[in-house]
Formats: sequence, C-alpha cells, structure tokens
Amino acid sequence: MNYLTQRLLTFPLVLLGVSLLVFFAIRLVPGDAIIAMLGTEAGLLTEAQRASLAAYFGLDQPIVVQYGRWLAGLFEGNLGISVTYGKPVLEVILARFPLTLELSLLSMLISLAVGIPAGVFAATRVDRPSDLVVRLFAMLGQSTPSFVVGLVLIYFLSVTFRMLPAMGSFTPLFVDPIGNLSQMILPSITLGLSFAAAVTRISRSAMLDVLSDDYVRTARSKGASQRDVVWKHALPNALIPVVTLSGVEFGYLLGGAVIVEQIFALPGLGRLTLDAISQRDYPLVQGAVLFIALNFLVVNLLVDLAYAALDPRIRLGGK
Amino acid sequence: MSTLLEVRDLHVGFGREPRDNEVVKGVSFGLEAGKTLAIVGESGSGKSVTALSVNRLVDFGGGRITKGKITLQRADGAAIDITAADEPALQRIRGREIGMIFQEPMTSLNPVHTVGAQIEEAFRLNRGLVGAAATRAAREALERVRIPDAAQRLRYYPHQLSGGMRQRVMIAMVLASNPRLLIADEPTTALDVTVQAQIMALLAELREELGMAMIFITHDIGLVAGIADDIMVMQHGVAVEQGKLDSVLDNPQHDYTRHLLKAVPHFTSGSAVRSDGGSHAAPIVTVDNLAVRFPVLKGLFRRKTGAVHAVDGVDFELRPGETLAIVGESGSGKSTTARAILGLVKATRGRIEAKAGRSGRPVQMVFQDPYASLNPRLNVEGLLAEPAIAAGQRVDAKLRQRMVFLLERVGLTKDALSRYPHQFSGGQRQRLCIARALMLNPDVVVLDEAVSALDVSVQARVLELLIDLQREFGLAYLFISHDMAVVERIAHRVAVMYAGQIVEIGKAAAVLGAPQHSYTKRLIAAVPAIERRRQHFAVDVTQVPSLVRPAGFEPPAAKWREAGDDHRVRVEETA
Repeated sequence: MNYLTQRLLTFPLVLLGVSLLVFFAIRLVPGDAIIAMLGTEAGLLTEAQRASLAAYFGLDQPIVVQYGRWLAGLFEGNLGISVTYGKPVLEVILARFPLTLELSLLSMLISLAVGIPAGVFAATRVDRPSDLVVRLFAMLGQSTPSFVVGLVLIYFLSVTFRMLPAMGSFTPLFVDPIGNLSQMILPSITLGLSFAAAVTRISRSAMLDVLSDDYVRTARSKGASQRDVVWKHALPNALIPVVTLSGVEFGYLLGGAVIVEQIFALPGLGRLTLDAISQRDYPLVQGAVLFIALNFLVVNLLVDLAYAALDPRIRLGGK
Repeated sequence: MSTLLEVRDLHVGFGREPRDNEVVKGVSFGLEAGKTLAIVGESGSGKSVTALSVNRLVDFGGGRITKGKITLQRADGAAIDITAADEPALQRIRGREIGMIFQEPMTSLNPVHTVGAQIEEAFRLNRGLVGAAATRAAREALERVRIPDAAQRLRYYPHQLSGGMRQRVMIAMVLASNPRLLIADEPTTALDVTVQAQIMALLAELREELGMAMIFITHDIGLVAGIADDIMVMQHGVAVEQGKLDSVLDNPQHDYTRHLLKAVPHFTSGSAVRSDGGSHAAPIVTVDNLAVRFPVLKGLFRRKTGAVHAVDGVDFELRPGETLAIVGESGSGKSTTARAILGLVKATRGRIEAKAGRSGRPVQMVFQDPYASLNPRLNVEGLLAEPAIAAGQRVDAKLRQRMVFLLERVGLTKDALSRYPHQFSGGQRQRLCIARALMLNPDVVVLDEAVSALDVSVQARVLELLIDLQREFGLAYLFISHDMAVVERIAHRVAVMYAGQIVEIGKAAAVLGAPQHSYTKRLIAAVPAIERRRQHFAVDVTQVPSLVRPAGFEPPAAKWREAGDDHRVRVEETA
C-alpha cells in the first residue's frame, strides 16, 4: 500500500473527530436558529408555534439523535439545508469557494514571489544596509494589521488615483477575467504582503543556515559562481521551512479571510462562516467547518508531497 | 622542479577587527609542483585556516587575510597573488587549479542533488562539458576513484552512500579539473580506520598518476608519515617547525613537535600493553548471548518485515579492576552493546548481570562528546549533583565534599563548582564527565569513545587520569573505541567486534600482537604508524555486510577456537 492511500485512509477519521467537536461545540452557544431568525419576536411565539418550528428544523430531537441523523446524511453526501439560505449547505459553500480559492492562490503567489527573493537577497548581504532595510520592511509587514494595509491601498489606488475599483458586486473569474482580477488584486496584495513578510523572514534565516553548510563550501571550492551557489545549491535546501509555513498559511486562507473579505466586500467563505455562526445556522456552520478541515487535510498532504519532491532523503528514505 | 605555491608571512584574522583577532600569525611555506606538504597541529592551531586561505574560501567563513602574500604559479605560467585577486579570478582558480576535499564527507555533498549531477557540475565549470559528455566524464571519474557500478551510482543521492564512498565522490569531483594542487583538510578523520587506509592509498595513487601537489592537513602525525614530502607543525597560529618529513620525524627540533610525537598514540602491535592491574576475581559484569535488534517496519500497520541485527550473540565477562576494550568500526555494534549494558536500549535477548558492589548503581557511563553531554544550563555543582539526586540522595554538605574530592581527583579545582560547562575546554569537560560518573562510587565505568573527540595531547593526559583512577578506586572499565593505539595503552583485555558480533577476544597482548581473525588482522594493518611509513597499502574495497535480516532470521551458532590462554577466535566460514 503506498503512502498516498495510507494518508487518504486517515482522512475520514479526522473528519469524524472534527464533526463531533463542531456539532457539540456550536450547540454550547446560547440561543438557537429560531431566536436568531426572529430576533425579539421569538418571544411572541406560542408554545405550539415554537414546537412546530423546532420540529421543522429538527431541534426537538435529543442532541445525539440530531448528530446521528446529520452523520447519516453526510454519508449520502447530504450536508443538510441551510436555515438562512434555504438551500443545500454544500451548494452554498461551493458557491463561495471559488472566490476564496482564487484569493488564497493569488495571495500565496504574491507572498512567495516577493518573500523568497527578498529573503535570499537579505541572507546574501547579511548585516549590510540592504539586509537591514529588508528586515525592517519584513518587521513592518508582519506587525501591520491587514485592515490597515487594505484601507491604505484602497485610499491610494482606488480613491485617489482611481486605478482599481474599491467596491462593486463580485465578478467571477470565468465571466470576466479582467474585471475579476482588477477586483481581486487589492485584497490579494493586502493578504499577500503580510504573509510575504513572514516568508521573507523565514527564507532569510533558512538561507543563512544553509549558506554556512559544508556542501556550500564544497560548491565554492569547485569554482561555482555566487549565483549558482545561492540558487542551485543553497535555496533548494532552504525551502523546507518555507513550504511548512506556506502550508499552514494556505490552510488558513482557504478557511476564508474575514477581515479582508469585509473590507473589500467580497462574498468569501470567511464571511459566510461568520454569518452562519451569528445566525445559529447549525447545518451551515457544521458544513463549513468540515469543509475547512478537509482543506487543511488536503493542504497538509500537499505539503508532505512537496517535502518529498524537495528532499530526496524524504523521498527515498534512509538516514 | 618549479615552485607552485609560495606563501609569505600570512596573517588571517576573524570578526569585526580581524587584525586584533588573528588566528594565523605569520606563516610562510613553499610547495613545489607534484610534492606533498603536511600541515600538522591540534584544534585551534590555525592549520585549516591556513589551507582555506590558499583558495580564499576563508572569506566565506568570516576570515580576512590581514597581511602577507600567496603566490600561485598558474598553469599558463603566469603568477597570481591570491591575497589580492578579485572574486571572479578566484572562481577560475578554485576547482580548476586548486581542488579541495574536506573533513566531513557526510555533509560536504549537497543532499538534494545526485552525486552524478554534482560531479557533472565540476566538469561543466572547469572543462565546459555538458550533457552526455559530462555524464561520461563523471562516470569515468567515479571509476578512477574505484567505485563499483559507476554508471548506476551516478544516480544515487549522497545519503544512499557510506562515508568512505562519499569521500571518493568528493575526490572524483576534484579530479574533474586535474588540479595542480589538492588541499585535503583532514579528509579521513571522520572515517573508519580501514576506510581511512583505502582513501589514503587512493590519494597516493592518484597523486602519482596526475602529478599533482598536495597540502594535507591533519591532527594525526602518524597518518601523513606515509604520504608527505615536507611537514609543517603548527601551534597557536605559527609554524613551530617545518622541514623534510624524515628530518622532522626522526630528529624533531622544537619542543612542541617532540611533545606531539610523544603524545600521538603509537600502535606497537601489543608490545606496549599494560603490565599493571588486571585480575582473576569473579566477574562483576557478565554478558551472555546478548542480542539487540531494531525492527524494520513497513506499511500502514507498521508490519515487521525484518530486523537490524545491531548486536548478535555477544558474550563476555568484565572483572573488577580490569579494562576490557571493545574495538570495532562504525556500525559494528560496540556502542549498542554499551548502551544495552546500561539499559539505554532494550536487549532483544540475552542476559546482562551486574553485581551490586559498592553502591546500588554499579555501572556508570562517560560519552564521546564532552560538548553535548553536559547540560549547558547547569553549573558544575548541579551537574555533579544529578546522579545523586537521581539515586534519591540529598544534596548536603557530605555530597559537596565528595564533589570537591572528585574534582580534585580529576585535576580540577574547587572553584569549578560554580562555573558552567562553556567555561571549560574539551579536555576539562571530559574530566567533569568522569567526575560525574564517579559520584555514586560505581564499580564499572563504561567509556564510549570517551577520548576520541580530544586533541592528542589532551587525550594522552585523560588516558593517564583514567588509569590512575582505575588503580585508586579499583574500577573496571568497559572501554569502547575505534582507535587501536589508544586501546593498546589502556586495555588489559580486548574484544574485537565486527558486524554485530565479537570475532576475537582475549588478552590485549595476544589479540593486538598475534591477531588470528582476518578482520582483526585487517583492522590492525590499517592503523597508520610513523614506524611503518614506508609500507605500501593496496587499495582495498571490502564493504561491511548489511545487518538488515529478514524477519525470523537467526544467525548460526558461533564456533570458537582457542588460540591460547584467554584468547578465543570465532571460526570463519570459508565461503
């Protein structure tokens, strides 16, 4: 049995654990869908009306039975019906997912494209002024909250220079690629920059470690140029921590970026989940959390596969 | 003969103020084409820094040449001053004119590229070969360093090769450019003694073939005796003595050279074994049919598909007051045996019996690396108190008295108690480790390569200390070592381990002086010695067999042959 199937077999177990946790945790929060939906008017319901609504949402059953029903539905691919949207949960989530995926991929791309070269650049000029400048920016990028970056970008690029739209209803990528990208670029930069700062710092320190390794000295003793030494010999060895960090970050991004979605008025997974929680839309919360957990599992698997691709010692086993 | 390299008044410093932190303080030497210069010294003598200055790799380690001139006669006849050359010029010299091999073959190759790719890179950089031509050249280079199945090995990654093989790959890489000068920085220090002999023989052969000059850096004056023409002895950044090999070795002028020659453990085939001590009393430790196996697991359910037979069917006895040395190379199972006796690894089978003698904890241990085996966050008092606390004793005035007593016995003073490990030298730290091992008044001390990481002169003093302590406290030592010369100085009895088994055991004089088993003979023949410097070694490529066995495998029962009074040899299967 190969490694991949082994890993895939562990997925259902993890998801089962996650489902148990979220199912019971969400019910610990006071209030329910009826109160959330009707607000103060919920107090005006008669006992009979309340009971029939509870029966409609399946809230009249003991909690274990509710879980059992939901789990049974899960095996048929049915995540239940969202209370707020009145549509199947899976449909609601999948409608939001393309945006979140696109936003995650774009901001990852930006952060790696900025962070890795910046980290390598700083590491090869350690303690010189250019290194200090990079480190200063990395520190700034990490410590500035994303809403500040987002607002500053909107102010300059959209409001002052009118280069990019600030608001407007969301345009899917395949409907109008240009319109979509012009909408997505600011939020991607906002998310990407703070993460780029983290990538810069970790690639810098990994490169510093690797540059003092013996095989780098060997490469130099062969007469390799600084460019070959840095990009061919050192960088591939320094990428493992970068991949680890990126994996964790990517997993979080796929769970939705609430603040950035809010600032740029994007209908992503983050806002969906947040709204579902405040609406006590139990099926939707459960579905969304399960979906996010699955994303994490897949990303972790990809990270492990990336390790194997980067390092033959992991790929081929051995010391 | 023309002068290839001329170094004049070389000064090298480190840090922000290199002039104030000089590690090399005015070294001069010349090297003629095709000749070999050995630079000998202990750690911190500046020998490696001197060598790394010749191709200016020292720049990348934070060093700066502060004064002096290094003139290299290039292949086209022009002379170049290395100290004044710019980086592009240096890149053309590195590899092409000056090749280098390093101490640590395990870390000197890039783990993410195949050895083929790394050798090919050398051919591309220095001869402009690419594609199939580079692959062919790489294969030929591997064949020249006597690696079998060269074409397949090209596709191997470094971690799939043994240390000796990796060092050959390094040499193959250097050969890509037929350099006129090879710098070898302790190239065999990290290798087993039989592998060391192979690499030395290979270097000697290639030097003849290619007519290249060599700078050979080592701490082992015995090792270079067979290969060098000239020798330079360094101490504290200066050359204290330099000259022709024979005149320096046979007629040393400087005190330090004489000291070094005396301190280097000479292996004399069992004629210098100890005459004191030893005993015929009842054994204090009895090991009977010990086996340690590590399972090889595969698949989702971690099914056991086989086992690494690290130690298999080992028996011996250790008597009070004697030293039993276990010698063998890496992977022979000697350290695993020691760990099993202390219960640090679980024995798969067999019986280990240690008589409770003077205290409840009769067996204590001293490890190889004095830097890693002392907790840097504890001061000496805390370190010495640890075994007592673990044994449930109270830290009181009596215990402190014992600390002071032991510190004095190992040659340290009372004020060491409040100091931390980083404030001590390597030798002093190992003395601390010994004091710590003696805190509970044990009967047996297991010394796992306890002097291997120390410089020769420090090593000699620690060995003397161990012998003194053995006499004073009646200690029994289980002395694990790969170094035959050290073993000869301290052992009463010797057990030779190979591939997890003892192949020969007996009195030190008999085992070292009249070895019977073919492996013991091979091991002893590989020991470098000043006295045997004119002896020629042939390249031998014997590999240690794999210790991974299929599940359920049991080795056949050992047959033993008596070779004399207290001297047993395992009967070899003639295959």
